[in-house]
Amino acid sequence: MTARRLRASLKGWGGVGAMAVACALAAVFALLLPLSNARGDGSTGIGGQGVAEGTQVKEDTCTAPQDQSLSPSSDESGTTITAIKKRGYLSVGVDQNSYRWGYRDPNSTKKSSDLEGFDIDLAHEIAKEILGDPNAVRFHAIPTIQRVPAIKDGQVDMVVRTMTINCARLKDVAFSAPYFLTGQQVLAPKTSDITGYDKSLANKKICSASGSTANDKLKADQGSGKLVPSADISTTVPNQLDCLVRLQLGEVDAVVTDGALAASQAAQDPTVELKGDRFTTEYYGVAMKKDADDLVRRVNQVLVDYRKSGWRASYDKWLSPTLGADSESANPPAAKYK
Amino acid sequence: MTYPPKGSAAPPAPAGAPTMPGVPPQAGPAAPRGGPATPGTAPARRTAWAEGVDQLRATATTEPGRLRIIGAVLALLVVAFGAVTAWQMTERSAAADDVLHSSQPLSASAADIYRSLADANTAASSGFLAGGQETKSSRDRYELDIKTAAGKLITAANSSEPGSPSADTISKLNKLLPEYKGLIERARANNRQGFPLGGAYLRYANEKMQQQMLPAAEDLYKRENQRLSADYADAKPYPWAAIGLGVLALGGLVWAQRRNYRRTNRVLNQGMVAATAASTVVLLWLVVGHSVARAGLDESYDHGVRSLNVLHDARIASLNARGNENLTLVSRGAETKTLADGTTTVDAFDYDFQQDMKTLTKDLALAADLADDKAGEEPVQAATGNMKVWKSRHKEARAADDAGDYQGALNKVIGSKSDKPTGECFDGVDKNLALALTHEESEFKQAAGGGRDAMTGLPVGAAVLAVLAAAGALLGIGRRLSEYR
Repeated sequence: MTARRLRASLKGWGGVGAMAVACALAAVFALLLPLSNARGDGSTGIGGQGVAEGTQVKEDTCTAPQDQSLSPSSDESGTTITAIKKRGYLSVGVDQNSYRWGYRDPNSTKKSSDLEGFDIDLAHEIAKEILGDPNAVRFHAIPTIQRVPAIKDGQVDMVVRTMTINCARLKDVAFSAPYFLTGQQVLAPKTSDITGYDKSLANKKICSASGSTANDKLKADQGSGKLVPSADISTTVPNQLDCLVRLQLGEVDAVVTDGALAASQAAQDPTVELKGDRFTTEYYGVAMKKDADDLVRRVNQVLVDYRKSGWRASYDKWLSPTLGADSESANPPAAKYK
Repeated sequence: MTYPPKGSAAPPAPAGAPTMPGVPPQAGPAAPRGGPATPGTAPARRTAWAEGVDQLRATATTEPGRLRIIGAVLALLVVAFGAVTAWQMTERSAAADDVLHSSQPLSASAADIYRSLADANTAASSGFLAGGQETKSSRDRYELDIKTAAGKLITAANSSEPGSPSADTISKLNKLLPEYKGLIERARANNRQGFPLGGAYLRYANEKMQQQMLPAAEDLYKRENQRLSADYADAKPYPWAAIGLGVLALGGLVWAQRRNYRRTNRVLNQGMVAATAASTVVLLWLVVGHSVARAGLDESYDHGVRSLNVLHDARIASLNARGNENLTLVSRGAETKTLADGTTTVDAFDYDFQQDMKTLTKDLALAADLADDKAGEEPVQAATGNMKVWKSRHKEARAADDAGDYQGALNKVIGSKSDKPTGECFDGVDKNLALALTHEESEFKQAAGGGRDAMTGLPVGAAVLAVLAAAGALLGIGRRLSEYR
């Protein structure tokens, strides 16, 4: 009896405590978000987690994470590249479920059931440049949450998997120069009255992948009042694609995810479209082991050449149909090095 | 209409008066009974009972009177013995019949619902993995499973009481089944277009199956098993009331014959002997018949029902394991799970596969222990063998997938015979478990049927023999009585 009463009263305090924490967080967000916006840095949106952890400290050491990569070099004498050359193939972590980025056509009659997409093209390009054979590459399908551990454990040489360059990840892995510009975007049925990331989301149910940048951003924005409070962001799913399932079944009204992935969703359902502009700025990069400087420089050199020829052809093939030929993302982002 | 009160009111006064002195020791209790009643109400309260007691006392004073009473009591005891035996054994035999013809088939039917749902889920994921090359047999298997589940749900609904928890579960399953099928069809349609969205639909369908439908089906299965246990509990207890009355009746008969012998020096009274013989037969039949029935039911439970339950569980574990093995390849790492240690992250479906395999291993070991003959052991051993190969082939498939050889992994799971796929092993496990189930089912039917048959005729036989015994007792007494005329 007493134990139960005690537990009940504790439960009450738990709720109060949680609310106090939520209030404190909201206050922190309210204070910090305008601050980071004032700096005019486009990459703030990515730092959902970073903001919560105390952006002030990080602001000094980590601004524009996409510009932190090492300068390109064609030198192949480093230990990492030597090991790869000795092995004879490149080991790349990719996605198998992102249509137009990295996916496997289930109806492929080819015996090999190859992966294909924008990320896969890039992986082949890197293999071709380093090893002289675009097919000297072994793909490992790794889940989103395993991207960083897979690199740290040495399970793969690199991850080419719609991976956003951000400060938190820079602590664990090294990134190449950015190879794609994107940002969080709203996806909704064409007939929907949602116009973008704005007031039209009032009373709408929004789906996002749990643990994703989108989910962090939604929570932060609802806390800070940037997102209408009546928007229901409680629906989270294991994978961003699951959001399209919920959208098609009418369980949610809109999806928030990377514009690039939202486009990949739109490519699978002609009745939905991207609504409004992207409301964050993010860059995709190739992630590698933190101390593999030779490989990072070599990949950056590959990207330099790829930007000149190959990049646009790949974009036109995989992404143009849904992102458009004149989108902001239609050209490779300019590379700046540390 | 005025007769009875008159009739009962008139005799009390004269009849009551002589009895009191007639049986002095019993007058004590009789007097106080009459005593508290006020004189005015006394005649009114002289009930038929009191009057009967008085008459009995009057009768007991003479030997023919005593004989009459003894005859009546004996006949009553024997008839009561027969009646209680017939009643108790009718109940037990009905419960045994329910075990055989109602609750066990319903429990098996619920297990079938459970199995066909799990099987449908597995077949759907296999077909999905094959993509555009889905075979007719895998499509047929899925459709058959859905049909079986839908059909058995109707059977289950018909035998459940409206408003009962079982009925709720059944209606819930009836609602979920079309939802599930809709998701599967969407998954197929998207898969055929080459969209990874199909895989997302399949995972959603699987979630519905694993988190809502299979638990509901399991719940139904457990309820039906409870009903089965209750029927067993109704059929098995010894009919102590009948046995007690039988002993009492036999004792009475023996006592009456001994009394008869003492008074007349006649050893045999044919009627009473016949009555004793008939009662003995009923009592022996009752005890032996019920013991045999009980043994049969016990055997049907120990070697039938328990084996069946374990085998059903094993089969469902193997189905779920197969489904999760397929889904590991469908989801391609889309869903992960962090283990209890908080650091290790594993593929959600491969983790579930490992859990299912553990259950399967445990259930197969248990089933091997429970199997009591060669015909029962063989398929279980074969299934265990298949499972071992399955485990080692699964490791190869995972190694291939982890090394980036997706097609190799796919071949190792759903490939053709030359690829030595795990599908072969699963089919082996499933086939052998089906064999074992058929065998245990027939064992159950034999044992439970034998148990029930041991009770056959007992209620009727007991009733007829008891009537004969009562007649014998009355005739026997009547013969003695006639000597006083």
